[in-house]
Amino acid sequence: MELTRDEQEALKGEHGEALASAYRILAAIGEATGAEKLVPIKWAHVSGVNYNTIGDAGLKFLESFSKDARVTVRTTVNPMGYDRSKPAGISDRFQEKQEVIASSYERLGVTPSFTCTPYEVFDIPEKGSAVSFAESNAAVFANSLLGLKTNKESALSALASAVTGKAPLSDLRADEARNPKVEIKSDYTFQNELDYGLVGYFAGKVVRDSCVSLSVAMPSMMQAKALSAGVGTSGSCGMFRIGSGGNERISFGRKEAEEIMAELDTSEDGDLVALGSPQLGMGELELLSELVRGKKFTKRCMIFCSRAIHTQASKRGLAGELEKSGAEFMCDSCTCLTPYVSHEKYDSVISNSVKGAYYLNNSNKVKVALKDMRTIAKEYAR
Amino acid sequence: MIISGCPRIVGGKGTGPAVVTNQPINFLAMVDPKLGKITDSKHELHDVPLAGTVLVFPSAVGSSVGAYVIYSMREYGTAPSAIVCSRTDITTASGCAIANIPLVDLPRGVSVTGVKTGSMLSVDADSGRITAKI
Repeated sequence: MELTRDEQEALKGEHGEALASAYRILAAIGEATGAEKLVPIKWAHVSGVNYNTIGDAGLKFLESFSKDARVTVRTTVNPMGYDRSKPAGISDRFQEKQEVIASSYERLGVTPSFTCTPYEVFDIPEKGSAVSFAESNAAVFANSLLGLKTNKESALSALASAVTGKAPLSDLRADEARNPKVEIKSDYTFQNELDYGLVGYFAGKVVRDSCVSLSVAMPSMMQAKALSAGVGTSGSCGMFRIGSGGNERISFGRKEAEEIMAELDTSEDGDLVALGSPQLGMGELELLSELVRGKKFTKRCMIFCSRAIHTQASKRGLAGELEKSGAEFMCDSCTCLTPYVSHEKYDSVISNSVKGAYYLNNSNKVKVALKDMRTIAKEYAR
Repeated sequence: MIISGCPRIVGGKGTGPAVVTNQPINFLAMVDPKLGKITDSKHELHDVPLAGTVLVFPSAVGSSVGAYVIYSMREYGTAPSAIVCSRTDITTASGCAIANIPLVDLPRGVSVTGVKTGSMLSVDADSGRITAKI
């Protein structure tokens, strides 16, 4: 990859150690993706905020990196491990560590958004803009539904782009990779977000290209979020196109869906309803509130959403209605790897998210009953 | 055996026994950086120590936070000496860049199964060369 003189100087450390690290990352990912040069980006979204995911090594790295680095473009950040206004059940140690990480990000100058759905909270740049999104569901969503251009960035590569304002012109930032070679065709009619999550997870598993075409009915917002999260979880694919395209066709039928259910749907029932992976948006809160109106959850129910969405939902009375049904809002955090949902506290969890089910099973080490939101409302609200 | 023409992703040299898999790795969900092992029992490298090895795998998948897991392995002293991928992904590239782990791609057309588990490998990322002592 060709670097300008200024970029080369920064790589050598002439503009400080933090920028040198950032350019080392950009040089490596530029080589890996066959980029010719770096281009300016309009927005970085950084992951690696939850103490449970980055640990002490990540905490120390960010503490040191944030001493002399500052973001140079709009930078939003992923959820952290818990909601500061609901510390019950979260150890003092976890809270202290989480606070150090949050302070490091704030020192870097990020917008403390703590959301994995920045596309539901912030103004979207014009179509075709280059951005750098780490959170995988957000990267897939941005490429596929917003016409933004990002590679499926890592926590560290998005951070490098946040402080340099640049990212490699390669892969999904170039136009060629945005044309799918493989089409996945569903041979049954999708009913709900769970079907979309499953086909996304399947696509990520079987397709090694950066973009896949999906011959399925146009998803709603809620379904598109589930689909993006599914694609992002299982593979390296960073974009889908709805419709036909590509030279190769792979069929997705009930058998394929059942195989994924066998892997992720590991319990018949659960002790907790956990919704929000990705974090719920206004549309999903409206639907849930209609489904449980006048009823009460028969199990503890946690709703994970961003602070911004919760504020909107409170103003419209939605949050209050859901709380009347017994739901608890956990802002700034999400289902995956939160200490709210640990195996010490729960054996099994009810979720409508394929992504959530993957991390709950593999990282939180709890079993999952995977059901769509309507079924959850029907079975667990009376 | 020498494999040359390996694109350099992160420079440097590393030597160790080859640990080879044809299965992708989700570093966040599967790897415990303190143990330096894959904890997912479904993965064929389950429980194999990775410290000081040359880890050969197709590419990483899934969570973007996997880059921090690679960095954490270096901090805990459990990192491989070098990594070889079929086609390096951004998570592995950025993690290795910060952890100073030499990283190369295999040349196009060379499969990971062309490398034998247990054989002693020397990876020289700067000259794009992998040497195996059998």
